[in-house]
Amino acid sequence: MNPKRKQKLMLIGLMVGGLSLAIGLTLYALSSNINLFYAPTQIVAGEAPEGAEIRAGGMVVEGSVERDTQSMKVRFAVTDYNQEIWINYEKILPDLFREGQGVVAVGRLNSEGELVASQVLARHDENYMPPEVAEALKLAGEMPAAAPFIRTSSNK
Amino acid sequence: MWNWLKTLYHRLGSPKWFYQITGKWLPWFVAASLVLLTTGLVMGLAYAPMDYQQGNSFRIMYIHVPAAFLAQSVYMMMAAAGVVMLVWKIKMADVVAQALAPVGAAMTFISLVTGAIWGMPTWGTWWMWDARLTSMLILFFLYLGVIALREALSPQEVAAKACALLAIVGVINIPIIKYSVDWWYTLHQPASIKLTEKPAMPASMYLPLLFMVLGFYALLGWSVLLRARAEVLRREAKSGWVRELLKDK
Repeated sequence: MNPKRKQKLMLIGLMVGGLSLAIGLTLYALSSNINLFYAPTQIVAGEAPEGAEIRAGGMVVEGSVERDTQSMKVRFAVTDYNQEIWINYEKILPDLFREGQGVVAVGRLNSEGELVASQVLARHDENYMPPEVAEALKLAGEMPAAAPFIRTSSNK
Repeated sequence: MWNWLKTLYHRLGSPKWFYQITGKWLPWFVAASLVLLTTGLVMGLAYAPMDYQQGNSFRIMYIHVPAAFLAQSVYMMMAAAGVVMLVWKIKMADVVAQALAPVGAAMTFISLVTGAIWGMPTWGTWWMWDARLTSMLILFFLYLGVIALREALSPQEVAAKACALLAIVGVINIPIIKYSVDWWYTLHQPASIKLTEKPAMPASMYLPLLFMVLGFYALLGWSVLLRARAEVLRREAKSGWVRELLKDK
């Protein structure tokens, strides 16, 4: 390769390399702000601001959903398989809301440390399967647990 | 093989040769995209089973996933063409980059719109500022920037250099899009299809997806070649071979 082209190629390489480094460091520094939601462990540890609007995410704990018979009120716990927090909600839940599935709730923490949500979003995992297969797996007791999208390591 | 590729690469740098050889390739891309897209759509919409959680709404994946794949790979192709143009000064690379930009922008737009339509019934919202969705929106703006830059600058050589630089710098966004779902907490789920693992769905679901992805690539080849050929004719309008070609028509 002639030296001029080599020089140009290196210049482009350096430019992209330097810029990636800068952006990488910026994103690393901002990583807690880029996370869409707080995990229950973070909320229990007091990392989430009280009184301000936050988003909390986790898997809905099996058997925790309590529906009020008189109103739309619903209360359920979400977990990251380490800590749990309770979420109160009064609107229509998304179709995909299910026990054992992921949700992201937008709302404020009350004095008891429970989240009063103004919006609940369902999250689905990356696994797709036909209903018959899901049925068969459930019967055989081999249904894989919904992929936990919370990273349990405490470095986040 | 290597020598053959090298010769092909050098010859493609000649506008006349590019025009002639791509004329022969074009019908193959047309045929491949029609066959693959028809097969993929029929399989995906009529024969693939429902999803146990999402029911039929997951079928929008057969448009959303290929469009999102292409949005990213077209950008990488554009940046690669930019490097070739800047380092080896091959003008045809700039023609290809120019032809790629609007197609990539369209693919990004399709993936954003189908994502929103998919998000409403499954997540319960059209849009969320999570890392995946936001980085995809940035990709869309990068495409618009490259297109606008070319329109704004003249002469052509200056525009070509500026576009190549912007495309190369913007490539940093591609790994961010890809790994956003692994690095941060997002509403968007992680990838179902990975090169290193078997897909997180049965064959009856991923085969149509495979056909659609290949079909989208063939469609990309078709549309980019068409656009690049028209651009070659425009740029070379004064040269002998183009006059000759137009005289016959």
